[in-house]
Amino acid sequence: MRAGATVVDCEWQRYSAGERMARFMVYLVIVAAVVLSIRTVEVIPEFIIDAPEQLADLLKRMWPPDAASYPAEIHDALLDSIHIATVGTVLGVAMALPFGFLAARNVTPWPWLNWVARLVLISARSINTLVFALFFVAVFGPGALAGTLAIAFHSIGFVGRLFSEALEATSPGPIEALRAAGAPAASVISFGYWPQVVPAFWSLVLFRWDINVRESIVLGLVGAGGVGMALDNALNLFQWTRVAMILLSILAVVIAAEVAVTAIRKRII
Amino acid sequence: MATAADRSFPPRLGWPARLAWLAFAIYFAYALSHLQVTPARVMAGLEFGYKFLVKLFPPDFQRWELLLKGLKESLEIAVLASVLGLLISLPVSLLAARNLMPAWVTWPARFLMVVCRSFHPVIIAILFVKAVGFGALAGILALTVASLGFLGKLFTEAIEEISLKQVEAVRATGAPFMSVIAYGVVPQVFSRFIGFASYELDSNLRNSTMVGIVGAGGIGGTLFAAFQRFDYDFVCAIILSIIALIIAGEILTNAVKKVFRA
Repeated sequence: MRAGATVVDCEWQRYSAGERMARFMVYLVIVAAVVLSIRTVEVIPEFIIDAPEQLADLLKRMWPPDAASYPAEIHDALLDSIHIATVGTVLGVAMALPFGFLAARNVTPWPWLNWVARLVLISARSINTLVFALFFVAVFGPGALAGTLAIAFHSIGFVGRLFSEALEATSPGPIEALRAAGAPAASVISFGYWPQVVPAFWSLVLFRWDINVRESIVLGLVGAGGVGMALDNALNLFQWTRVAMILLSILAVVIAAEVAVTAIRKRII
Repeated sequence: MATAADRSFPPRLGWPARLAWLAFAIYFAYALSHLQVTPARVMAGLEFGYKFLVKLFPPDFQRWELLLKGLKESLEIAVLASVLGLLISLPVSLLAARNLMPAWVTWPARFLMVVCRSFHPVIIAILFVKAVGFGALAGILALTVASLGFLGKLFTEAIEEISLKQVEAVRATGAPFMSVIAYGVVPQVFSRFIGFASYELDSNLRNSTMVGIVGAGGIGGTLFAAFQRFDYDFVCAIILSIIALIIAGEILTNAVKKVFRA
């Protein structure tokens, strides 16, 4: 537009026409998905109206929590859940590291190997811990071993992906320097890549452990050990006060784990 | 001063770190002994696992109508729970933001979110199944509660990081509270909210395929039933379709994030 030309009726807009169109399409799809879901989902309307009353009734039956059952039936199962989470995390991280190195494009220069590693990581991430648990219970029988392996295999996906992303974000300078000095591949990894990704590595291990503590608690529902089995028993016997006690102990453990992770992260990173 | 000895790899550990590693090693050994792993059990398991894997293939898609019905229900649960969770967590996260609200308001809101976040969605689903009966409603409510926990936390953190200058400027014009929120706060956090919400949709999609295990609707119920009937080729078909659904969801939410540059 030249200065002094006829005044053009033009309004300033933040986004281009294409961007506005794309945003509009996203909104349209969301609204369509919600409307379609509401119309087709099989929900009985009476149940929705009844829900608050039923929930209040459930809570009333849960009170007071049965503290007497804690030493005999909950304590050991709860510790088992934490063991499952810890051992599972360690095994998962050990299995994830090689795939993380193979999936990082700057560490492994063969594209086909990158893709194979990525496929493994995506599959591990997409199969839920509970599905792995069903599988390992079928293979090894019910118990903590099945739960631990389920946690370990599902963790591979998460840890491996984030670790390979951390590797890809490393600065190439030190690595080139090492290569130029004729360092063998093992030294390039341990002196070039490793020191650069150590903080990210510990932070994601701690984060995964925190998630795994929560996940290890559900595993008992499919027979894979831990406090979930105690919960399942209490639920099946309609012992609501004991259910309440188990839920309270889970809440305490999960919050304690989160506090511990935050404290450790502050100290070592 | 760095000496040659300091440059060794791995770096020399101080005493506290050595003790921490030792303590962890002892704990790890103790926890491992709890698993009761014996060589015989591992061998039997490996043999059984091999048979199991053979039975999984080829996947059996003959009952694709049942499969599709379950996947559709999972998708509906995920969509509705994400929207409901989003609608509830917006006001709750505003209440929990320490830079906008007084302490006596933020603490109850924060406590609510911690409780919602602490329980796995499947455990919440059990409670809702007992309260409102089997079916999709229990799944929707359970995932809504879980979404409130996670979205609420992420939203609160985003709101606490905003610049207060713009809020003050809007306030100085004499704008009422809702206008301060709409013109001072929301524009600063909108694109991050879109990112968090699409992340939550992703994670709800994963969990909506699982809540069926405890009877809260979706493909999980079909999966669990097939497992219990040793119908392993159908199990394989279900798992493959769940993976496909989750990957499709991930591609879709990435596209949405790109549109909003979140």
